[in-house]
Amino acid sequence: MENLSALDDDRDPLLIAENWKKDGKSLAIATVVETWGSAPRPVGSHLVIDTDGNFEGSVSGGCVEGAVVAEAADVIETGRPRMLEFGVADETAWQVGLSCGGRIRVYVEPLG
Amino acid sequence: MDLKALETLNAERRARRAVMLVTDLGDGSGRLVREGDDLAGALGTEVDKAFRSGKSGTVEVEGRAFFINVHLPPPRIVAIGAVHISQALAPMARIAGFDVEIIDPRTAFATPERFPDTTLHAEWPEDVLSQRPLDPYTALAALTHDPKIDDLPLKAALEAGCFYVGALGSRKTHGKRLERLAEAGASHAALASISAPIGLDIGAASPAEIAVAVLAEIIGALRSRGLAATRESRAA
Repeated sequence: MENLSALDDDRDPLLIAENWKKDGKSLAIATVVETWGSAPRPVGSHLVIDTDGNFEGSVSGGCVEGAVVAEAADVIETGRPRMLEFGVADETAWQVGLSCGGRIRVYVEPLG
Repeated sequence: MDLKALETLNAERRARRAVMLVTDLGDGSGRLVREGDDLAGALGTEVDKAFRSGKSGTVEVEGRAFFINVHLPPPRIVAIGAVHISQALAPMARIAGFDVEIIDPRTAFATPERFPDTTLHAEWPEDVLSQRPLDPYTALAALTHDPKIDDLPLKAALEAGCFYVGALGSRKTHGKRLERLAEAGASHAALASISAPIGLDIGAASPAEIAVAVLAEIIGALRSRGLAATRESRAA
């Protein structure tokens, strides 16, 4: 069972997203929607990102957060969701890959 | 997702109700589904399955991809009795990821010195439970073997559908307890679901060992919860 951890106002990305939105920030929510092999964060994990690049939560435990944050800026600007996929299989892996060898798919959507 | 949906989702999560967000990955539209909501068709089947298993994932329904993100309430253990077993159970359960609360009206037992860092209610169970009701994501362990204190929360736990209900006491003590609870209106099936004597049968002797046996039994009940529901629905 996923999503069984206790709610924590300071760490729960969805509670943080609600507070940021009410503070007038524009933001995107990234969600792990699929994983293959050894993935650092389970399906359903969230990362919230605002227009200044502030972020809370995690989709990979640090491996691809940078790339997701960069994509989130576009998603917020265009208002269109985007599907991202990260793996480790090629030479770009060192920049935005998963060192554990898994693959993940991350859905990034604006909070309207 | 819009702010309204997010607010509702967070409110449901805070209220300890099972809820999920179903996102159409084609157009990005999302809808909130509460446990018990009746959804027709193939998506309804997938939604039911996800609530039972607690597993989030992507499903294909009629050529469209939906992402189902399930949010089940965090599991909680309510122990009745600020006794020696509870003193060992509280820190162990916290390490295992449970929220723990202890209720005991006997103020000599329920002291912060005996239970550092633990949510402690030195009140009668009926008073605490009316404020903080039991629910299906809560385990209840009745540990005083005093009917005045244990009986009411045991009955309340059966009625709330707690995923685990356990009671301390010998078989003889438990036999008398079953008679009292039956008189109070508990059904035969509900009474049969009480784990008593409490805890896995590992020959636990000391209070700390009994706490291990209780915690292990609670974890077993939590993790097989979805499986039991699946078996029931197959049988139905």
